Amino acid sequence: MIEVRWHGRGGQGAFTAARLLGAAALCDRKFALAFPSFGPERRGAPILAFTRIDGRRIVDRSALRSCDFAVVLDDTLMGPHAADGIRQGGALLVNSTRPPVEWASLGVRVLTVDAGAVARAVLGRAIVNTGMIGALVAASAVVSLDAGLRAVQSEMRPALAEKNEEVLRRCHDLMKEHLVG
Amino acid sequence: MSVEATARQPQPLFMSGNEAVAWGARLARPHVIAAYPITPQTVVIERLAEWVAEGTLDTEFLHVESEHSALSACMGASALGARTFTATSSQGLLYMAECLQYASGGRFPIVMMNANRALALPWNIYGDQQDSLAVLSSGWIQVYIEDAQEALDMTIQGFAIAEHAEVLTPVMLNLDGFVLTHTYEPVDVPAQADVDAFLPPFRTPSKMSLESPTSMGFTAGPAHYTEFKVQQHRAILRAERVASEVDQEFGRRFGRSYGGAVVPYRCEGADVVLVTLGSVSGMVRETVDALRTRGVAAGMLKLRLMRPFPEREIVQALSTARSVGVLEKDVSFGHQGAVFSEVSSALAGSAARPALLNFVAGLGGRDISRNDVEQMFDQLQVATVRPPGERVRFANVQENGNG
Repeated sequence: MIEVRWHGRGGQGAFTAARLLGAAALCDRKFALAFPSFGPERRGAPILAFTRIDGRRIVDRSALRSCDFAVVLDDTLMGPHAADGIRQGGALLVNSTRPPVEWASLGVRVLTVDAGAVARAVLGRAIVNTGMIGALVAASAVVSLDAGLRAVQSEMRPALAEKNEEVLRRCHDLMKEHLVG
Repeated sequence: MSVEATARQPQPLFMSGNEAVAWGARLARPHVIAAYPITPQTVVIERLAEWVAEGTLDTEFLHVESEHSALSACMGASALGARTFTATSSQGLLYMAECLQYASGGRFPIVMMNANRALALPWNIYGDQQDSLAVLSSGWIQVYIEDAQEALDMTIQGFAIAEHAEVLTPVMLNLDGFVLTHTYEPVDVPAQADVDAFLPPFRTPSKMSLESPTSMGFTAGPAHYTEFKVQQHRAILRAERVASEVDQEFGRRFGRSYGGAVVPYRCEGADVVLVTLGSVSGMVRETVDALRTRGVAAGMLKLRLMRPFPEREIVQALSTARSVGVLEKDVSFGHQGAVFSEVSSALAGSAARPALLNFVAGLGGRDISRNDVEQMFDQLQVATVRPPGERVRFANVQENGNG
């Protein structure tokens, strides 16, 4: 089972990202579970969201104790909390203009992508949740790129879907280049 | 749904437990929905209201000012023969308390979803089962749901059970707040035509009508009251068989069924069995599998119905167990967990006399981990060889010495 933890602030779409990733797993004919950190939502307050993906039906609804990947939508949330419990072979993905070396002290593999710039260029605002799905797909192959795009297509309103597919694809390509380079 | 993964054809939708309930209600084509929003049930009401607003659901949606009014409106509609749906949670369920007994006494086959949530004080919006178990004796059929697919399917089945001529009793569908209501998972949505064929329109045997006036909602003094209550009691008892038949018919038509009032898992020959309700059952089942591979004869007994209470099935499923634990998210203050009392009472009449332990966990939304469940099984194993002492055990309590 693959477990992904999403870090964001209320209003940034972290739970939507968790849900889209789960929907993408279904497009890949896998099983998924997605849930937010439960409770009241406040704009701007730090929130967590979670996606579990597996080849068989998932029945464990208890809280995640560790994860394969943590994805941070806002680099003001970076710190030991974001790196906590990332398993061996996993990574911490961050939307940031800064290089990964700035977080070397966290002791986990950090990958950064400037999804904010992509989102501003395509959407006209810095909503990076679909971009970070693209980056995660490039770094991890937890779902296929095609499945990620199809999930955005089927789960988002048509007016939003097309541009978000573009953001997802561009961030995917940026991360791929970064990993190859 | 069976534990085995079924073939993914066609691709299911990815939805939450709340959305699954809304889909079930929509497919059942209720004439009237009257509800008041409350966390964590809100999304059920939002989706249904959206569908009514956009014209995809032809239902009279009554926006009422309270839960008391919601259920009162449901009774009025049901008296006219309308198929009626509502949903609530926690404080809202308790605010309905007076109407709960009214609805069951009036034999109105309303289907209600309850998002299981803690009760104040302290104020808490998270999940536990204190709310529904506090109204166990209100005359409603109580179903406890494990996952979102079952939530959708049981909302449809709920009407078939409630409206059955031998039952005519309201149904409460309980979903663990947040862990089930707010978790997204794959759900197959049946075709409307198939649901229509399974669930024909409701025909009430006692309609409030100007053409053939009849007395409804009346007074009964000592000379007659008992006979009404005996009829009510017998009707809800019949719901156990009817629910099982409805589930089998549903399985024939849709390829999914959920078992009867109880679902034993590896109970045959089990030494230690944990009794569960609701959404924690999946993880307990996996824990049982892990324990079995380590040579521990563990089992699980999931209760799907708390009312009518499946006493005979429980006794049968637990006949070989040397110790039995009941895992529940509530406590009857000053005694023990409500489910534990019921299970203990059932076993008092059985030949097997297993050691009994009550694990109270998950109060106010506290997570129940696999490690917690493994520890419960450890305690059950100890209880097979030593008298257990204090039987009511709270999982994961931080003791600070203040009592």
